[in-house]
Amino acid sequence: MYKTSVRGILIPGNKSYGQVANDILHPLEAKSPPPWWYIVASLAIGMTGFGIWGIYTTVTQGIGTWGVNNNVGWGMAIISFVWWIAIGHAGTAFSIFLLIMRQRWLTSITRTAEAMTVLAVICAGIFPLLHMGRIWNGFFILPYPNTRGPLWDNFNSPLFWDVAAISTYLMTSAVFWYIGLIPDLALVRERAVSKVKKRVYALLSFGWVGTARGWLRQETAIILIGGLAAPLVVSVHSIVSMDFATSVIPGWHTTIFPPYFVIGAIFSGFAMVMTLMIIIRHVFRYKDYVTQAHLDAIARIMVFISMFMGLAYATELFIAWYSAGEYEIFTFMKNRVTGTYTIAFWIMITCNAIIPQLFWSKRIRNNLMIMFAITIIINIGMWFERYVIIVTSISKDFLPSSWASYSPTVVEWANYIGTMGIFILGILLFFRYVPIIAMSETKGVLKETSNIEEVKHGNH
Amino acid sequence: MKQYWRSIEEYESIQEQGNKGNQDDSLKETPDHHHDEPGDSDLAGSHSRRDFLKMLGFGIGYAGLLSGCEMPVRKAIPYLNQPEEIVPGVANYYATTFYDGHDYCSILVKNREGRPIKIEGNVLSPVTKGGTHARVQASILNLYDMARLKEPMKNSQETTWEAIDGEVIAKLQEISTEGGRAVILTPTVISPSARHLLKEFMLKYPGTEWITYDAISSSAMLQANEMNFKQKAIPDYRFDQADLIVGFNADFLGNWLSPVEYTKQYTKKRSLMDSKTMPRHIQFESYMSLTGSNADYRVPIKPSEESIILLNLYNLIASAKGADTYTVSESPIEIGKLAEELLASEGKSLVVCGTNDLHSQLIVNAINHLLGNYGTTIDLARPLLTQQGSDDEMAALVDDMVQGKVSGLILCQVNPVYDYPAAQRFADGMKQMKLTVSITERLDETARLAHYVCPDSNYLESWNDFEVKKGCYSMGQPVINKVFNTRQAQDSLLRWMEDQATYNDYIENYWEKNIYPGQSKFDGFRGFRNEVLHDGIYVDTSSAGAQPSFSSVELQAGIEPEGEGFELVLYEKISIGDGKYANNPWLQELPDPVTMATWDNYVCIPPGYAKENRLKLEDVVLINGDVELPVLVQPGQPEGTIAIAVGYGRSNAGKVANGLGKNVYPLAVIADGHRKFSGRKVTMERVSGKRYPLALTQSHHTMEQRALAREATLMEYLEAPDAGNEMHMGIVEENLTLYEIPQYEGSHWGLAINLNACIGCGNCVISCQAENNVAVIGKEQVRNRRIMHWIRIDRYYSDEADNPEVIRMPVMCQHCDNAPCENVCPVAATPHSSEGLNQMAYNRCIGTRYCVNNCPYKVRRFNWFEYAGNEKFDYNLNNDYGKLVLNPDVTVRSRGVVEKCSFCVQRIQAAKLNAKMENRGIIDGELKTACQQSCPGDAIVFGDMNDPNSEIKKILDNPRTYQLLEQLHTLPSVNYMTKIWNKDKEDKKVNYRRTRYVPHSVKHGKKHS
Repeated sequence: MYKTSVRGILIPGNKSYGQVANDILHPLEAKSPPPWWYIVASLAIGMTGFGIWGIYTTVTQGIGTWGVNNNVGWGMAIISFVWWIAIGHAGTAFSIFLLIMRQRWLTSITRTAEAMTVLAVICAGIFPLLHMGRIWNGFFILPYPNTRGPLWDNFNSPLFWDVAAISTYLMTSAVFWYIGLIPDLALVRERAVSKVKKRVYALLSFGWVGTARGWLRQETAIILIGGLAAPLVVSVHSIVSMDFATSVIPGWHTTIFPPYFVIGAIFSGFAMVMTLMIIIRHVFRYKDYVTQAHLDAIARIMVFISMFMGLAYATELFIAWYSAGEYEIFTFMKNRVTGTYTIAFWIMITCNAIIPQLFWSKRIRNNLMIMFAITIIINIGMWFERYVIIVTSISKDFLPSSWASYSPTVVEWANYIGTMGIFILGILLFFRYVPIIAMSETKGVLKETSNIEEVKHGNH
Repeated sequence: MKQYWRSIEEYESIQEQGNKGNQDDSLKETPDHHHDEPGDSDLAGSHSRRDFLKMLGFGIGYAGLLSGCEMPVRKAIPYLNQPEEIVPGVANYYATTFYDGHDYCSILVKNREGRPIKIEGNVLSPVTKGGTHARVQASILNLYDMARLKEPMKNSQETTWEAIDGEVIAKLQEISTEGGRAVILTPTVISPSARHLLKEFMLKYPGTEWITYDAISSSAMLQANEMNFKQKAIPDYRFDQADLIVGFNADFLGNWLSPVEYTKQYTKKRSLMDSKTMPRHIQFESYMSLTGSNADYRVPIKPSEESIILLNLYNLIASAKGADTYTVSESPIEIGKLAEELLASEGKSLVVCGTNDLHSQLIVNAINHLLGNYGTTIDLARPLLTQQGSDDEMAALVDDMVQGKVSGLILCQVNPVYDYPAAQRFADGMKQMKLTVSITERLDETARLAHYVCPDSNYLESWNDFEVKKGCYSMGQPVINKVFNTRQAQDSLLRWMEDQATYNDYIENYWEKNIYPGQSKFDGFRGFRNEVLHDGIYVDTSSAGAQPSFSSVELQAGIEPEGEGFELVLYEKISIGDGKYANNPWLQELPDPVTMATWDNYVCIPPGYAKENRLKLEDVVLINGDVELPVLVQPGQPEGTIAIAVGYGRSNAGKVANGLGKNVYPLAVIADGHRKFSGRKVTMERVSGKRYPLALTQSHHTMEQRALAREATLMEYLEAPDAGNEMHMGIVEENLTLYEIPQYEGSHWGLAINLNACIGCGNCVISCQAENNVAVIGKEQVRNRRIMHWIRIDRYYSDEADNPEVIRMPVMCQHCDNAPCENVCPVAATPHSSEGLNQMAYNRCIGTRYCVNNCPYKVRRFNWFEYAGNEKFDYNLNNDYGKLVLNPDVTVRSRGVVEKCSFCVQRIQAAKLNAKMENRGIIDGELKTACQQSCPGDAIVFGDMNDPNSEIKKILDNPRTYQLLEQLHTLPSVNYMTKIWNKDKEDKKVNYRRTRYVPHSVKHGKKHS
């Protein structure tokens, strides 16, 4: 429970319910989006176009247009995949864990976090598809009844688990997000002036009228789906980690991977949420909803996770040494800590384990610019983490004769930048057409956390 | 009977039928029960037979249309009259012979439905004994080369054979009547019939002369033997009789004289399979050759030091034997121990020298004579005939040509404008002639300048006979009808002699008169001829001559080359050889066994110099101010020397070869009447800022102290046979698992590679490529590390860069019984067979490449692009002729799927079917994989590991045997046997160290600004 007496006022400014709705819906109800929206959107469309070119090239000519080779079979695509999936972790982790623990103080952030999750998982999902040599036969991976006799899916393969885990996660996250959205969409419908808008939102809000029965059902559904989704948060990235952990390759063949990946995913997801919240807070003037206190709380969590990351890195190195396996020792000590890939390794350590320690300082936690910079740095660090794990391990594995280096080509960058474009475009559409902050939930906590009498008496 | 209706419509239709029924009685006869069964009206009533036929027609038509959309219909035309001996799907094998004036090999050609698709060694041959060379394996592709001449040409215009024949005959007669001189220039001709034919030709046209020109010649050796033995011949070397082999720049396992034969002999004794001893091999050489990299001791020397070391060695041996000695400067290498070892194995040693230098050859002859090796390890009674060209004759010809003393020139399968050092003079000489005819397979650099170009048939389209050693014959027969409008050279000569007989008749005639009488086995010539053609070989045991006596001549060391700079060594690569087959994409993409480079030539520079001058791989240098080439830092390259491969820089070989690398034949010099490919001094300057990409298939060159290729010395091995492999038993014991260890009933296929018998020649790579339709991907993709070869030969250097030890191990799919690749495939595209094979279902593969990553041996190959029928990969799979070489038993893989070694599953299947038809089991040894079958070192054994009597089972029990990365518990089916070196216990450097520090007398090149 949020105790105002302990934690201070959550939503300052003596706001009425109506004012909350006005504040939150102003980007949606504005006649046209602000100029920066158009600038960023055209940029994002450009990036997406670049990505579409990359995808077209990949599909028409082959994976040969990438930099991967017969020794380093996975590269940028899988790095990007893991990176996006991890970012897609935060939303659901945020909402569900806090929901289950009845921590409603973060309601103002959950909507964005969840939208981010859905978009990131969609972006992530592009890569495994694209990365297939014969994408047109990709349906082989689905376990559907067929006439091929004993040739069915290999249920031993982590790639198959991936397909199951990610598609489940995507669907669950999307449904969870949408159910929370229904009352707000209904409010938009009510306030809409244009007929078209009214129609569309009426359709989207499933005829929500705000009856007590409706609220009961909706809240129960959220709790139920949240409960179901909670284990998924853990399972998705555990399973992604098993793509690596179940292999024989030194640097991949590591039992620490499932928790290490989940923690890492939450870390990068939180960083991305923070990046977005700082932007939203600034451009939409949501200072009263996304307060310094929120960001402060996230930053505190991140210090904690960052230390976990450091611990995971140290554990990997320790186990490599402790195992006395010559290949393990080579991969970790001579190919990461030192050696060809040492720069990537130390970028990873610096960005993920060292720089976030700055959050110990209250002054830094209060400085939004620095916070913003650090969140970006963390996501760069997390990209390098995947690069270190994937590329260093397979580029120099057992037989030195097969050692090969890997550098991504422009097509691979196009694919990655393209997904960024899709993500940004999605976020922009979200800003424009969906209530960015969960109004119903914010109003729900207003009574307990606000400082104004009028609201306490209930005046809609 | 009552009729029930379900709807008004049905009621009405029943009414209507009833009305019709009144008019047409036939309907009444419809059996009523049809209407009784509910729902039947839908099935039978509403669809008439006509409808059914319509649907059927539409369905079939639509299905046809749909299938037609996917792939164009191609008609396979069956035989109208099927030839008796051709059964579709069953291969025929024909014995024939590969000889191109340089390499000789007796072969079997596999034919499927009339087209030759694969070459195997002929086990009946007493010379090559079933082995082949990579170039021989790849020669099948030359047959289908689109760059081959398709029509005869006159002055670069297509013409007809009749026109050419008429004009050539007229001109030859004109030259002959004028008293002019015409010359036929050929490579060494070892065909007795062709030699006879050439003699007849010279009689027909008086004034005609026949000159032999070998691109890579052994002319000094021929001269030395003439001086010592009065016999201008190359002796038969018997490496299998020698206990101590000392090579001086003789790459006898790779390119020198008869490499396949020598490899068979060399590895037979060094494999340590049957015996407990092995000969020692010491190699002195000026570049890192395949042979040198296999030697127990390899001593890098400058070319100029060779004859000095040899003469010092001679002096040491001579003084021990009480013979004359000669004054010579001190040997730069300590050779006292070598002399002792040679003296200790008199009559069982062999000293060979591959330099085309008279001084060295004479000293080597004298040493071998003193050691009593003639008659034991060297046999002059049955000389090797494959190299007969004399350099001074060719030099004289070029002089005469320039002076206008020659009016006609018939070039027969030679290309001196490309491969003669004084090529420009030769070309100038050609321009002054009345008649220049080139009989050649392609419009090469020389043929371009000739008046008449006569397309020569490929050897697989020709009749031939060869006498490879005295009395040792080998037959050639066509295995396919002519692919293009070509005519074999001998047939052309016959036509020009106005003789209408075919060359086949000519050969038969010759044999009937000259060779048939020398045998007693056959009564009729036809039977004899058929037998000889069937076997491909014939040995006339009676024809051996006597061992000639040795007459000594004055010995002296060669003169130090003048000038400043590096001593240059020109060498032949295993893949490209003298450059004749440069247009063969398989050969271009075969990694060099030493440098692992493909598709280019480059300057091998010594590591010390590279370090001093900060030169690294792919930096470009300028040689002699003329030739720009990238450098490759070659460990073991002697300081003060550089080495460059010949055979590149073709301008008229075809689209694969043109423009690849640089031609360095012009850097050879003619001295003392012999073409010298090494020893000349050249300058080398760095071209600053310029880089040239090289495609290497391996970029890390040491084993990182990992126990991959395990090795021991002979002494250690004799003390404990598991020397170097001690960890094997421990790993086997430690390999505990919770899971059931897979068991195989029936066969369990396995393969073993004896690292002592493998010399790394690359024959298996090409053999596998031909057998399994492996695609060529081009330089750029090789550089991207995407080579498709199913078998690769890993090459590791030991740590000393100036003279490293080299160890090789062939690696293909290990067919692990606990395969990491199989578990991770999400669609089960790579399952395990009940006979222990790791299989690939290409149709099922979706290309996640998870298996590629998880394979610890990195043997899986992904099809990054569509390699067949793709303009961007314009090699043999992009034209209809090149595709004829494809093995119909093996799928051509499409884009996006993973492939790898299948243990030649198609051969296993064929052998199983054969055995089944004969109602027996598979006999050990009848089933051979492509890599195994023609391996000149017999290094590979394949068989059923469940068969207690099989060869492979014996190897499994050998203490030398281990599996690669066995500690991973992948349970591979491929086994390796440790490499044993015949080294003394002490460090080799103590034995053959340099006596004095010889600084390379090189001034650093001026740097370009």
